[in-house]
Amino acid sequence: MIKRKEQIMKGIFLGAASVSILAVALICFFLFANGVPAIGKIGVFDFLLGKTWKPSNDIYGILPMILGSIYVTAGAVIIGVSIGVLTAVFMAKFCPKKLYKFLKPAIELLAGIPSVVYGFFGLVVIVPFIRENFGGDGSSMLTASILLGIMILPTIIGISEAAIRAVPDSYYEGGLALGASHERSVFFTTLPAARSGIMAGVILGIGRAIGETMAVIMVAGNQPRIPAGILKGLRTLTANIVIEMGYAAGLHREALIATAVVLFVFILIINILFSILKRRRT
Amino acid sequence: MGQINKLTFRQRMRSYKKNPISFMLFLLVVAAACITAGVLLLLVGYILFKGVPHLSADLFAWKYSSENVSLLPALLNTVLITIISLFIAAPLGIFSAIYLVEYSKKGSKFVEAIRLTTETLSGIPSIVFGLFGLLFFVTALKLGMSLIAGVLTLSIMILPLIIRTSEEALKSVPIAYREGSFGLGAGRLRTVFRIVLPPAMPGILAGVVLGIGRIVGESAALIYTAGTVAETPGGADFLLDSTRSLAVHMYVLSSEGLFIDKTYATAVVLLILVVGINWLSGFLAKKIGKGQSDE
Repeated sequence: MIKRKEQIMKGIFLGAASVSILAVALICFFLFANGVPAIGKIGVFDFLLGKTWKPSNDIYGILPMILGSIYVTAGAVIIGVSIGVLTAVFMAKFCPKKLYKFLKPAIELLAGIPSVVYGFFGLVVIVPFIRENFGGDGSSMLTASILLGIMILPTIIGISEAAIRAVPDSYYEGGLALGASHERSVFFTTLPAARSGIMAGVILGIGRAIGETMAVIMVAGNQPRIPAGILKGLRTLTANIVIEMGYAAGLHREALIATAVVLFVFILIINILFSILKRRRT
Repeated sequence: MGQINKLTFRQRMRSYKKNPISFMLFLLVVAAACITAGVLLLLVGYILFKGVPHLSADLFAWKYSSENVSLLPALLNTVLITIISLFIAAPLGIFSAIYLVEYSKKGSKFVEAIRLTTETLSGIPSIVFGLFGLLFFVTALKLGMSLIAGVLTLSIMILPLIIRTSEEALKSVPIAYREGSFGLGAGRLRTVFRIVLPPAMPGILAGVVLGIGRIVGESAALIYTAGTVAETPGGADFLLDSTRSLAVHMYVLSSEGLFIDKTYATAVVLLILVVGINWLSGFLAKKIGKGQSDE
């Protein structure tokens, strides 16, 4: 009787554990089954490298959106990584204990703010700021990059700080013993040793930035054309899906699902890079 | 670390004079930290400053109408979505974690597969979950844009989070507990439920609460699964009605741009809700840390 119960419960646990495998299988199946035929119909090169997106004329080229996603993500990484890694160094090696008690929860709070709230903040604060100080209509690549840079900060700070703290103190002490100042010792011995951990944080941040949807839609302008400059609007892959999915039908709808397939492949590549880095570290 | 090279302020300034690069690095680091803290203060401060004065009673009216964009229906929907999602995702996630930590053999192919898929799931952007929900739950299973379609989509989305945090909580329970229980003749199942789960509970709860935070803040995964109809939940088939969650409500309001004051106020409510939930999660997580240091 007891043995039977053990067996049944083990089965239930096993079943629960298989759900995530099933979920990934289903997601892959439904995305690819609905999206890949459309890529075939449109033509791989016309779809991936086509410069025009005009659903009304049945022209589906998503190069503008691919470039849009890449540019915005690159901008976010430039902003987020420089500020994020330096903040992580501050948190791990410079911050007085009393300040740390406030700063750490504050950064965790930054991670918890919903993306619509970020988007709204971007819309009412960053967009007018860019419009008045740099020109253009404010909804631009620069705006989206700044906002995404802010949004990936907590990810990068969290992982980089852990990586810096994981470096043995003897590195830092060795630097000091050779006569280096506190700053030099941190930057030229500890930080290089934490490199792979920081890279893992950066890659995770890239994944966040490229997949972010609502905040980007609210500030990027969403024009489906090849990005023309940092003060001009652009549209990302994620935005393309949300904006047009509501009314799309037929091939248009399939082309949007194919857009998600492209996004999904991007994310898979990023995930693989991340797990390779993580494995190398341990 | 501070004890090794404790310098007075003046000594430090003198050493900086000899060493301008160190000084610049110091300034850079402090500036970055100030920017991070400043951005947070600006964001939260701005939204509170603009939103709190507009928190009025009619914002919490029972019915949503185009003249009075009440957030109460969306709030109730969000609560409903959260509760049902947790009923699905929490047992699944916790059971998966139990299997991974207590039952599986180390390094088996199946465990590797689960680890790989949960990692993949946690990296998938929410819009891809939303699109999958649209293709699978809404279209293939013919649920239509409905509360339940949104709930199922979100359950899959927060599953990896709950698995990971529960796994960590279970792993943090000392092996000696299990050995003691087995030594007294208890079976594996009894050991798991009586001995291992209770001390792991705060950690597991912290993960669940973090999941709540993600559900409440989620919008992209819900727009095409639960829809955007702002109605108070009710009726026998409320599971199949299209609903609008608070985050989606916030998105719709800000993209319409008609009720900017009320959008600020809605942002305040959303912000306080999510921050409160995350704080609770941190509090629970700290509790588990304390429990261990007492031993």
